Amino acid sequence: MEMLTFLIPVAILLGLTGLGAFIWAVRTGQFDDPQGDAARILTDDEDRPLPDRH
Amino acid sequence: MTLAGPIEQGCPSGLAPVGLGVSGAVGAFVVRKGGEKSLSLSVRGAKCAGCLSKIEGAVNALPGVRQARLNLSNGRMEVKWTGDLDANRIARTVTDLGYGAAPFDPDTGDAAAKAEERSLLIAMAVAAFAAANVMLLSVSVWSGHGEMGETTRRIMHAISGAIALPAALFSGRVFFRSAWSVLKKGHANMDVPISLAVILALSVSVHETIRGGEHAYFDATVMLLFFLLIGRFLDARLRRRTHAAAHELAALQARSATRIGVDGTTQSVRASDIAPGDTILVAPGERVLVDLEVIEGVSEADESMVSGESLPQAVAPGVRLYAGAVNLSQPLRGRALGSAENSLLSDIARMLEAGEQRRSAYRRIADKAVSLYVPLVHTTAALTFIGWVLAGAGVREALMIAVSTLIITCPCALALAAPVVQVVTSERLFRRGVFLKSGDALERLAECDHVVFDKTGTLTLGEPQLVRTDDDDDAIARAARLARASRHPLSRAVVAAAGAGQVAAGVREHPGLGLEADIDGVVCRLGSAEWVGAEEVRGESRLRLWYVEGDSEPRRFAFEDALRPGAGKLAEALKKRGAGLEILSGDSEGAVADIAWQLGISDWRAGASPASKVARLEELREEGCKVLMIGDGLNDAASLSLAHASLAPGGAMDVSQSASDAVYTGAGLDAIEGIIDAARGAKVRMLQNFALAAGYNVIAVPIAVAGFATPLVAAIAMSASSLIVTLNALRPGR
Repeated sequence: MEMLTFLIPVAILLGLTGLGAFIWAVRTGQFDDPQGDAARILTDDEDRPLPDRH
Repeated sequence: MTLAGPIEQGCPSGLAPVGLGVSGAVGAFVVRKGGEKSLSLSVRGAKCAGCLSKIEGAVNALPGVRQARLNLSNGRMEVKWTGDLDANRIARTVTDLGYGAAPFDPDTGDAAAKAEERSLLIAMAVAAFAAANVMLLSVSVWSGHGEMGETTRRIMHAISGAIALPAALFSGRVFFRSAWSVLKKGHANMDVPISLAVILALSVSVHETIRGGEHAYFDATVMLLFFLLIGRFLDARLRRRTHAAAHELAALQARSATRIGVDGTTQSVRASDIAPGDTILVAPGERVLVDLEVIEGVSEADESMVSGESLPQAVAPGVRLYAGAVNLSQPLRGRALGSAENSLLSDIARMLEAGEQRRSAYRRIADKAVSLYVPLVHTTAALTFIGWVLAGAGVREALMIAVSTLIITCPCALALAAPVVQVVTSERLFRRGVFLKSGDALERLAECDHVVFDKTGTLTLGEPQLVRTDDDDDAIARAARLARASRHPLSRAVVAAAGAGQVAAGVREHPGLGLEADIDGVVCRLGSAEWVGAEEVRGESRLRLWYVEGDSEPRRFAFEDALRPGAGKLAEALKKRGAGLEILSGDSEGAVADIAWQLGISDWRAGASPASKVARLEELREEGCKVLMIGDGLNDAASLSLAHASLAPGGAMDVSQSASDAVYTGAGLDAIEGIIDAARGAKVRMLQNFALAAGYNVIAVPIAVAGFATPLVAAIAMSASSLIVTLNALRPGR
């Protein structure tokens, strides 16, 4: 049972990391053009990060 | 571009037809910021990775372009550049690749809607995170029931609370804010029981945790918020998407006009920048953007969008041209008229406002459900509390049961019932080229039992077509040599019938009369009977042209405004669905009667002004008809906004498009039948969903009132009902 004191914080921390990553992705506009992003991976051009974030 | 051979036109994967090209000059839409210029374009026909790299590659290769990025999801392209690159060249680069491009005015309302959508998405993510992690802990409490020590359970509850409290307060802000704002006004909406349930459940659970009690509702609270936020998010996204689609359709028409300055220089300006008194140059083929008084030039104008009249009108200095008219033959100069009180546009704007007000008073099915639901839930919870106290239970126990009743009856399924159906249906329609303007439009469309059509441009193509007879192929080909030099609709119809060919040199156009040219020393004329010296025959087709070569016998060509493909089928289909049909047109009696006869519609009115169209709609309303109005012209705008529901074709005036509930694209009328069926199907689904939600409450409420609703029961019941409602909406339909 002592493992719980270790495991529960680790589990929550992992969850928080995922949540943080999602919020970051939403804020930086990575969900603004789902179709375009799906297509962009097929182009040969260098795929640079989004220039504007707002 | 390093493509070998001719550049392929349009989408390389063949997913979209080749676009229509650019509309007007884009110079007026360039935004300057420091040394950098930017332009937003709405690009049509881009569908795949090939389109993306083709368009971005070509625009990026232009001199000075710093960034060109196309958003494939909404078809908008942002171009930023420095230096003196002409904005029209950017648009032309896109159109040369075979895509449609229109300048786009970045819309401020959209930024706010986008921010709202993002904050809802983040709130939803926080609630989802909390729900998942608290559930992890709750499941261990439930499965350890009877074995878990009190200290362990209290720790589990404490950790759950530490996650759920901040998460619920953060993601529940939307509901708290809305509930508070209506409570201040003394009303109640769906957010009041939601906020009450969340706050009560949190406080009771905190109290239980401190006391070391067995039941805490942290998991149910955050899960409730998660489900509710899904509904809210879908609703917000649908609203933004429909708004963006409407805005984009309007952008396709937001062309610029050419203003002539005092010094004689011309400048491309937006319609909104034109001030009364400005001198505007209207080129042949151009649409008039503001009401004008013609000061120079003689021409003809196609006013079918303004009045429904299918015959072109003669224009001379002193004549007033209404916004929406198309100049046909010669360049015109006009003085822009202010929004004078007697202007047609301001009249129509007034009527539009009246229609909007009436429409916003429409009560959606969801609103009706909520107004029944809110008092019912509050009364039940209050009675449960009082009942248990009277029955001898302690205040704490009675409060627990009352709170569990509030949680379990909380309207997850109710909040999802309508939005999910609306999102699914509008997405299906969107794929068929129908742009829905609002979610509740579906409900109103489904209720309509009487369909009123406009004629010109809606039922008919709005452009005349030559009626062929057996022996005139040669004459058509000869007449087409003159006709190719003109933009007059009848000339274009002759050219369309003749196909590609030569154009005669030195064709002179005499507005209101016809065309004239010397071909091999013979004077050839194409035009009215008077122009060629022929004898007018009364009582036949109204649209005709005469053609004469030298002294030979004049030939007569007859034209008709042909029905759109699918019009007959649509009339049949609507009759079969039990709808009454009617035509309300501004065109002359003969033309309307002919179309009505072809479609088998016995109820028609010709020569109707915008005001008399409105009067007719009011009359129908008083008779108790729910009218679906379908129209495209400026003269239809007021009646479109006043009808119970309304549709406009993609080629309609922007005022009419914004006054209608949905816009359908494509040349045919087949879409309308699909829209009505989809709307009726959606309404059935919504009612099913509300029935399911009500059925769920019939089962769940007695359980909760009786005090059996443990957190486990609440969790299962809530997620099951939400899932069932969502699956019912997603179920494939017709």
